[in-house]
Amino acid sequence: MKYLKTILVLLFITLLFASCKNDKSNSKHDDLTVYQCPMKCEDGKTYDAFGSCPICKMDLKAIPSISSKTVNADEISDESIFNLTSKWNTEEGKTIQLEDLKGKTLVMVMIYTTCKAACPRLVADMRNIEAQIPNENLKDLNFILVSIDPETDTPERLKAFAIENFMDDEQWTFLQGTKNSVREFANVLAVKYKQITPMDFSHSNIISVFNSGGELIHQQEGLGVDNKETIQTILDLTNKK
Amino acid sequence: MKSILRLIICLMLLWFTKANCQSEMVLIKGGTYTPLYGRDSLQVTISDFQMDVYPVTNEAFLEFIKKNPKWQRSKIKKIFADANYLINWKSDIELNKNQSLKAPITNISWFVANDYCECQGKRLPTIDEWEYVAMANKTLADARTLESYNKYILGWYEKPKTFNNNIGSTFKNYWGVYDLHGLVWEWTSDFNSVLVSGESRKDVDNDSNLFCGSAAIGATDLMNYAAFMRYAIRGSVKAKYGLKNLGFRCVKDIIE
Repeated sequence: MKYLKTILVLLFITLLFASCKNDKSNSKHDDLTVYQCPMKCEDGKTYDAFGSCPICKMDLKAIPSISSKTVNADEISDESIFNLTSKWNTEEGKTIQLEDLKGKTLVMVMIYTTCKAACPRLVADMRNIEAQIPNENLKDLNFILVSIDPETDTPERLKAFAIENFMDDEQWTFLQGTKNSVREFANVLAVKYKQITPMDFSHSNIISVFNSGGELIHQQEGLGVDNKETIQTILDLTNKK
Repeated sequence: MKSILRLIICLMLLWFTKANCQSEMVLIKGGTYTPLYGRDSLQVTISDFQMDVYPVTNEAFLEFIKKNPKWQRSKIKKIFADANYLINWKSDIELNKNQSLKAPITNISWFVANDYCECQGKRLPTIDEWEYVAMANKTLADARTLESYNKYILGWYEKPKTFNNNIGSTFKNYWGVYDLHGLVWEWTSDFNSVLVSGESRKDVDNDSNLFCGSAAIGATDLMNYAAFMRYAIRGSVKAKYGLKNLGFRCVKDIIE
């Protein structure tokens, strides 16, 4: 009888320990080692397993605990929004990362299509800015409208909104993210928003300008405010090239 | 005699495992309540979820940072943290002598807190979830109208440097959760839904009921004031800020 008790106690304790272990192994998956050709024959391409480079036949070298994403992101500065690795759907049904927008000056705003009060004016502000930019600068520009209501604003809906508002040209891009990625994105822009009802949000009205490397250069706050400074920033950035 | 010895060994082991198991969680039974601030709709419904019993400690965060070098002080991207990020640490992977392993981690940004929880298969709580659990005292699920509950919170606001204390040094509430009040402020996933910043006057399309502090102090009582402070903090921080009295804990959805 006594033995049985001891065994039971021991069993109980091991179970406790076992549950602890589980927790720890969970968080390990981020720790990946990747391999790369020391001569960088393939422009920094990385492999998951050890082997030799298909071009120069040298042994691949291990790059400790950096995911392939950060390897590719060499030229992105610390303050760039391209450091966000979340995936987004465009109104054309393509899936992109913010980094895919690299190379052009970006003008960004957060809206939602069911919005009645502020968004139409924000959208008007965006169009207003666009209208004042000369055509030769437009090709180096991308106007991005990010939806804060990813559940309602599907790519189809965003496309319809774009057509309805005459914003279907190449320089306009609409993005649908997920609840989390939108929250994260808003945090980077210091945009605040909250859902009031399923159809209604309250949000900051901020238009942000980023340079081609994704660094925040200028933010315009408020509705229908003087956009001279914003336009000047955009012109400065697009004329540089 | 023998059984006493066994009991002691058993208790010691229990204590040991408890000390090791950072991510101990408890079930929070959902419900409907009226938050003081935050949303314009009166009632908020919370589903069942699990919450960490304690805030994340220096020790647990140190483990995390060793495995995820991209969040180390010297490597973190500037867009994800300000200059206060882990400012008191001795090095990338070392605490300072005066920092206790069992004290809550602070001086961390929202981005790293968010990723920490994700790596554990968890997430940050929403404001509504956090406030729901935090309205409990030792015995009641909603103690917000009690004077003693509010006095305790306001008393904490006056105590200096509680962020140096170890986790578990405050009371265990109705749900079995420690340290929601009395130790550190905590990040929430949607802290940026509080529209109370200085700019809210000009750049927000919808006046919130948080428009200014005088509304909270003038209109009602201590209870609103205690909660108002939390919302004011949430409304004033940016996601990359590291504050010495702002930590976090994680929650988890119940998978059916």
